[in-house]
Amino acid sequence: MIAVLSQNLPFVVSALLLLIGMYALLFKSNLIKMAIGLSVMGSAVNLFLIALGYRQDSIAPIFTNAPLVGAVNAAEMAMPVPQALTLTSIVISLAVTALMLSLAVLTFRHTGTLDAEKAGRLKG
Amino acid sequence: MTEEGLSKIVRTVALLLTAPITVLGLYIIAHGHLTPGGGFQGGTVIATAIALMLVAFGSKRVKKAVGKEVLSATESLGLIAFIAIAFLGMGSTFFSNFLANAGGLLGMSIPSGANPGTINSAGTIPLMNFAVGIEVASALSLVLLLIYFSGEKEGKKGGGKK
Amino acid sequence: MKSFTKALVLAVLVFFLVLAALELRPFGMPQKSAMDDYIIVKGQEETAANNLVSAVVFDYRGFDTLGEATVLFAAVSGAYLLFRRELK
Repeated sequence: MIAVLSQNLPFVVSALLLLIGMYALLFKSNLIKMAIGLSVMGSAVNLFLIALGYRQDSIAPIFTNAPLVGAVNAAEMAMPVPQALTLTSIVISLAVTALMLSLAVLTFRHTGTLDAEKAGRLKG
Repeated sequence: MTEEGLSKIVRTVALLLTAPITVLGLYIIAHGHLTPGGGFQGGTVIATAIALMLVAFGSKRVKKAVGKEVLSATESLGLIAFIAIAFLGMGSTFFSNFLANAGGLLGMSIPSGANPGTINSAGTIPLMNFAVGIEVASALSLVLLLIYFSGEKEGKKGGGKK
Repeated sequence: MKSFTKALVLAVLVFFLVLAALELRPFGMPQKSAMDDYIIVKGQEETAANNLVSAVVFDYRGFDTLGEATVLFAAVSGAYLLFRRELK
């Protein structure tokens, strides 16, 4: 069991990051801390996507001054498609974080507090 | 938000560092089809240079230098250029790479296998890299400027009722 | 929400993660994919680019990049819209 865990270490780290982000999202009531938790969860998913596309003893899928000998064999390079999809995921999580922080700033200006439970009460 | 910025040492070093950071970002964008990098990564590096100016100089001085309308115009121009390049290849399909291996501008063919690259290759990919790089840099700087600039009107108001 | 409900949600997540971890292939041995093999072997002569990831992002899968640039633009114009009252 320990041998299996130590061989798949990137997947274990990604699951741990997901749990840490979920804990910050559930148990904290400050709006900025919730935004940080969501960002950590996004980073965990991106790490998992990149770790899926690695072939054993392979080099990066770039041909500039690559240490190849002759024509390329398809098992010598890592898979390029998961890396391309991770780029898209990073940019979209960045856009969501920007919108969340703008909403947090506006909530503070309107109600005077950053606590999620106190700011949600209706007045009057 | 701070209005005067940080001390004189920080301001001097920030002024000295802005030009190398911008040149590094443009280098990452321009060599996107040869080395790791490309439009999105280089655009984020250029947005970091503007963020450094905001933190070191305070919002009052940056407001006179860079406006929101300029950044909004460059962001829209970047996205329009990206869609226009995609439409130009409409002869065969949408988004077709009509300049690669064609012999004209950016059309050189490269030998297969490992080689030192040349910039004059890869068709429409460097043009798309520049369009996306300008768009991402302007978008990130615009979000930072919006959060900084809207904090000037409140003054002593302190955020409404408690 | 009470803290018992929160702990229950976290425990359910741990259970599903462990269940998924038993089905994964070992790290470094992904499933054989014909699309990636075609891109590695033929990508350099079709797109004339040395960087295969850029060729995939901008040439083979350019439509996804168009959607991503539009999402970034829409998010930033939404943020601009939220701050309009404060800036007048």
